[in-house]
Formats: sequence, C-alpha cells, structure tokens
Amino acid sequence: MTNSISEIEDADCVFIIGSNTSSSHPLVATRIFRAKKKGARIIVADPRTIQISSLADITVRHKLGTDVALLNGIMHVIIQRGWHNVSFVEERTEGFEAFSKGIENYPPEKVAEITGVDAGDIVRMAEIYAKAETGSIVYCMGITQHTTGVDNVKALANLAMLTGNVGRESTGVNPLRGQNNVQGACDMGGLPNVYPGYQPVNMMDIQKKFEKAWNAALSDKVGRTVPQMLTGLTDGSVKALYIVGENPIQSDPDTHHVKKALAAAELLVVQDIFLTPTAEMAHVVLPGTSFAEKDGTFSNTERRVMRVRQAIDPVGDSRPDWQIIQEVSNRFGYGMDYSSPEAVMREIASLTPSYGGITYERLEGEGLQWPCPHADHPGTRFLHEGMFSRGKGLFHPIEYRPPAETVDEEFPYWLTTGRVFAHYHTATMTRNSPTLDAEIREGYLEVHPDDADRLGVLQGDAVTVTSRRGTITAKTAVTDRVQQGLVFMPFHFIESNANVLTNPAHDPVAQIPEFKVCAVKLEKAPL
Amino acid sequence: MDYRTVLTTCTYCGCGCNFYLEVLDGQVIDTIPCKTHPVNEGKLCIKGWNVHEFIQSPKRLKRPLIRRDGVLTEATWDEALDYTVSGLKAIKDAHGSDSIAFLTSAKVTNEENYLLQKFARAAVGTNSVDHCARL
Repeated sequence: MTNSISEIEDADCVFIIGSNTSSSHPLVATRIFRAKKKGARIIVADPRTIQISSLADITVRHKLGTDVALLNGIMHVIIQRGWHNVSFVEERTEGFEAFSKGIENYPPEKVAEITGVDAGDIVRMAEIYAKAETGSIVYCMGITQHTTGVDNVKALANLAMLTGNVGRESTGVNPLRGQNNVQGACDMGGLPNVYPGYQPVNMMDIQKKFEKAWNAALSDKVGRTVPQMLTGLTDGSVKALYIVGENPIQSDPDTHHVKKALAAAELLVVQDIFLTPTAEMAHVVLPGTSFAEKDGTFSNTERRVMRVRQAIDPVGDSRPDWQIIQEVSNRFGYGMDYSSPEAVMREIASLTPSYGGITYERLEGEGLQWPCPHADHPGTRFLHEGMFSRGKGLFHPIEYRPPAETVDEEFPYWLTTGRVFAHYHTATMTRNSPTLDAEIREGYLEVHPDDADRLGVLQGDAVTVTSRRGTITAKTAVTDRVQQGLVFMPFHFIESNANVLTNPAHDPVAQIPEFKVCAVKLEKAPL
Repeated sequence: MDYRTVLTTCTYCGCGCNFYLEVLDGQVIDTIPCKTHPVNEGKLCIKGWNVHEFIQSPKRLKRPLIRRDGVLTEATWDEALDYTVSGLKAIKDAHGSDSIAFLTSAKVTNEENYLLQKFARAAVGTNSVDHCARL
C-alpha cells in the first residue's frame, strides 16, 4: 500500500475495485465502514455484488477482465470535463500528453459497450472520485490476477496521479495483500530477480556487496518464476524443487499441469505444518512449525514490520523453519550459525536499506513501516510525499486488451474465483479449525437464477463444470450476486478444486496467472 | 498451572492484526485481540478470533517423512535431512545449480524467507527462488 490502513477512514472517497474487502480483509473493511460513517462517498466496481456493495454510493458490475477499459473511461470523463488536478500533473508527473491522447479513444459510450457498465454510471464514478479532496483506491487480486494485471495496476496509478491522489494522507493506490507475510517474502528477496530490499541480482555492485557479505560466489542470472519452474520440471531442465509452506497443487492454475510437473521432479522436498496435497507428492517431508511456535517478524500490507512471538513449544518433533533451513545449509556445506531469528534480523538490516533501522527492540509496540533506513528513522506511513521514487510520476498510456480466454459456443459461461469469509487460501489451516469448518464445509458454484433455470438445476443440485483444462463437480448456490452468464467458485476446497479449471495464461511482465477469468460449460450432474 | 498470554501477529491475511494467544499448560486455548494495535484496535475477524484452533490440530505433521517403496514413512530428522541434502548435492553435481528451484513462503517469517533465499543463492548458487505472491 502507498498509504496506511488507518488512513482509509479519513478519506473523502474510497474506490474499491477487485477486492471483496469485507470477506478477505475484514479489518480494512472496518476502516471503510468508518469512512462511510464520517461522510465518505464509496465506489465499488466488481463483477459480482459483494457485501461492501451494499454501502456504496455507486456500485457497478463490469464484465470480467474489462478493468482497463472501465478505468480509461473514467479518466476520459475526468479529462474531458477538466476535473483533473492540473497543478499536480504539471509539477509531479510526466508523459501526460501521450497518455491523454490515448485516453481519447475511451468515451463512456464505447466503454459502456466493452464493460457492460452504464455510461451515466461511468460519469458519476469519475465525478465522485475526481472531486474528492482525498480519494483512496483499494484493490486486490481482482485487479492483479489477469493477463493484463500490470496494465490494470498502471491504469489505477494513472487515475491517482491524474487527480493528485497520491503522496498525501488518506489517498493512494492501495493493494491489499492476501497473505500475512507476502509483503515480507517479497521484501526478503523471495523473488528470482532481486536480493532483499529489491536489489537486482544482475547489477554488479549489488552482486559484489552480497558476495562479500555472504562469502560466496553469486549468480547474476535472473532465476525462474513459479510458472517457469513448473515448465522446467516438465521439460527436464529443473530436477529438484524445495517447497516451504506452499501448496501449488491447489493454489496454482491448471492443477492437472501442476501435478504432472511435480510428479516429474527427481527430488521434491516439502516443508510444511500439514500433509497438504502438495506434501503428499513429496519424496521427503520436513515438519515445520506454525507462527505460534517460533519468534520472528511478519510485514503486513501497509509495510509494517511486526513481531511474531513464540507461545508454545513446537508440536511433536517439528522444528522452527529457520532452524531447519540452517541445518540443511550446514549439512550442504555452507555454514550458518544464527543463534536466533533476532540475529538473522541484524544481518537483514545490515544488507537491506529499507529495513536498515529495524531492530527487535524498536519493533516493540506498533512495529515499524518501511522505508526505515536508519536507527533514528520513525518509519514511513505513506509513500511518494513530495516526490516519487523515480522523481516524476510517469503516465503510461494503456490500451484495453481482452482476457486470454473468452466465452464461445462450447464454453459459454465466464468463471471467476475468490475467497469466502470463513476460509483462507487453500484452507489447510481454516478447515482444521472446527469453528471455521462448521461455517462452510464444501465448495459451491454461484449461478444466476436464470442460468439455473436454463440448466434445470435448483439450489444445492450438483453440476459439472468443465473448462479446456479439466472438469469438476460442485453444488450450486443460486443467487443474483452473479450476473447472467457469470459463475463464481471459491478455491478453498480440494474436493471441488476450482484451479483444475483456471487458465495458466499469465501477465507477460508479472507472470501472474489469469485466475479471475476463464470460460466454462455447465451441465447438470447425474444423480 | 501455567497461564500466559503472548502478544503476536496473525498468520492469515495481509492486514497483520495483533492479538494475545492465551496459553494454559502448553496448550493454546484462546485468542484475545490487542486493543492498542494500530491495525485492529481491539477487533478481529472470524478467522482471527479462532486462530488458536488449528495450531495444535491432531493433523499437524509431527515427524519427518521419507518416501519408501512409494509410501511416505516416518523418519528421524537425521535421515530426512541427509536424504534432502544428499539429493540436492547429487542433482547440483550432475545438472548444475539452476536445475534446483525453491518456493519460499508468504506464511513463514521474514527471517526464514531471508535464510531460504540465502541458502538458494549462496549455497546452491541459483536465483530460482519465488513464492506465491501472484496466487
């Protein structure tokens, strides 16, 4: 997030797009409820009617994968009517000319055709957001999990810059990260192209710095991303995969392809706390511990680094993951001798400029938001104040591109996926929690009442859902939360694994798969 | 009777709510939201309120497993670590560093993520380390 969670409640306008906030990030939704109470205008754009739509001043349901068109349409209106922030654009940004020229191709009437959103609603959305003193954009995987994921994010950045809604309190472009420490895993260099703190692996002075610190020769070759690892396993260029705390059999698109890839590994090591469907395929399984059995830190979606504290001894003969990795490394012949996670953090701070001022002592209380470059730095509540990291903010002209797969005669329904309030990701933890398990016990397919009639199914009847990649069976939930022609499935339930169906086509830059859009056919399942 | 409360950070979504785990004689028995934390200010969602329930689930993995004759079988830590390390070494020797890849985790700590990517880069010699940020 460019800004902090607590700032959202003081925004004049909150624009929520591609985030089922009350379900997936309830404590962010709380801030939006408070903002509403304080008089903020709320805009929701989501292909489904979601709970938070009920408090919106305006809510639109655009067609899957048409985010760029919708956002360009909004910006078209803003520029045409002169609602943009001229001084911000002049002083803080560049590339406006080329960008605004591109936007000319997106008049509301044309955008209405692409997105299915009423042209009048596009104008109203533009007016509410552009005229707000402080407008905060909140988005989630509904924006990013597309073959145009990067384009979608850039279009949101364009919108915030166009209206001067960045670099100030209660504004910004605010992605809600789905996992407790996905921010930290990125910050710590859990990415194939960067060391900790996003320092590129292919820059000579950076490589030298880490070679000296780690006393090892390092590669300047960018490594493989997850999809490339799977392809590598299939074509034989990758022989071993070591997985810590991930469950790609259920979390990655096109499960059949993932299974085939993992089965081809000569060595599959899985380190986890439960015997997940992925661990079941491993050659060796190393039992790690949950967050309650070790010390450490997590970094949340607003860049806040916070302490994790050991509450109980490791369950059974399991071991904290940091100890397992250290032991593997020592046996491999590369010595690691950390006495505690705190000792590891000291090394992180010494090599990661944005974490330079972070110590366990300073994390007591509220934690610290990076960038926190030195010991006296108070941390950073919101980014880009006065200046962007690159200097001036750059407008990117973005053209609408349709999703990789669209409906046709054979596969006439659009499928999108997501989370439900009681479960979390592949549900390895939540389905082992009796209270949460009791809330929702199985997967389901949301179908519009007219489509249910057409298929001859009632609420709770089983249907088979087939995409170009596979077939699953699920019970129907007949509801007008989805529009005609659109169906939705949560991906938490392995018995009706939505990711058997999803499309692995991915964004060319970020390599994020298009989980949110694929084409399926539905049939009433035999009794 | 040993009763303690331990302040920590939630393991579910990216909000990062803080709460106290209530521990009685080594069992995590309940969760109390932290009132002074800037993210959650004394509130929690349904997942957070019940986070203590999965921690000591009987289904937790308690011992290392090695596949023997096609079946995952309990093993000692020595056996499992040796199996892992000798496997990684043999593959590195035969096919090079880039034939090995690592998936690190959005669920483990910063320190653990740091160590795994350090192991991949400094010990094995590959930058093929990624995680589920996109999923």
